[in-house]
Amino acid sequence: MQNTLVRESENDRILEGERELIAEILAGNHERYYELIAPIERRVYYTAYAILRTEADAEEVSQEAILKAFRGLRTFRGEAKFSSWLLSIVGNEARMRLRRRREVSLELLKSPDNEGEYTPIELAEWREIPVEALAQKELAARLEEALAALPEIYREVLILRDIDELNIAETSAALEITVPAVKTRLLRARLMVRDYFVSRSWARHTGLRKAQP
Amino acid sequence: MGQAHWIKKGTAMITLSCEEVRREISNYLDDDMSPRMRRLLEVHLEQCRKCAVLLDSTHNVLVLLADEHRFEMPAGFSFRMRHVLAKEFEKAKS
Repeated sequence: MQNTLVRESENDRILEGERELIAEILAGNHERYYELIAPIERRVYYTAYAILRTEADAEEVSQEAILKAFRGLRTFRGEAKFSSWLLSIVGNEARMRLRRRREVSLELLKSPDNEGEYTPIELAEWREIPVEALAQKELAARLEEALAALPEIYREVLILRDIDELNIAETSAALEITVPAVKTRLLRARLMVRDYFVSRSWARHTGLRKAQP
Repeated sequence: MGQAHWIKKGTAMITLSCEEVRREISNYLDDDMSPRMRRLLEVHLEQCRKCAVLLDSTHNVLVLLADEHRFEMPAGFSFRMRHVLAKEFEKAKS
């Protein structure tokens, strides 16, 4: 409870600061737009990268989205955080580009649209995953692999929700899918990414493999 | 499966099965459930090591994933971004 209250007042403070900054930018002090985007640049890029999987495309789409947000700043309502707004623009731009690539993505064919039961790997102990044993670089690579291994529809929901920290409603708006669909996909995505990470890190360090059901 | 179906002092308690817990794990992590459901789930988690480990490990992987600083940006990204924006600002002024 306490935490929720703290978080809410912190949120209000951020929104207030953003509103002032945006008003200044709109009044012609354009250079201050850097301040608005600097704290989220990395998330913008990473969102694009997670969807597009190539550095060059991700950078281009990030630039386009940041420009688009600048041009449309007047239409930003300020009810949500600027970061949520910008991240959903990036998500949309990235997905549009992906469609334009006209990739008949194998991943899409593979992604089961029966979003029913998913049985995760069983572990005796979380401690069995030797996170501490992994060097930071290796850990990052392992996480990236795990993300990349997810079918598109699960990867994008996971990125927006768990890396970009959009809430469920914002994720639903960004992906243009219903709230229940976000929740269903999120559950599957989280279990899958966990499994992938667990089985790779684990198998490598202990020689164990996923148990057959 | 089903370790959590327990009976206490002759009263059958309504508890969740492992499958039901699994379906709710994501909502639990998001704190997106009724207090009643949360209680039921926590009762199960206290009793069932398998589900508790599943919850912990999922949570931990998400925490690792959320640390975006792990992922590298292309060198010069910010510089190029500022360059593009500077051009845009000039256009907006004229």
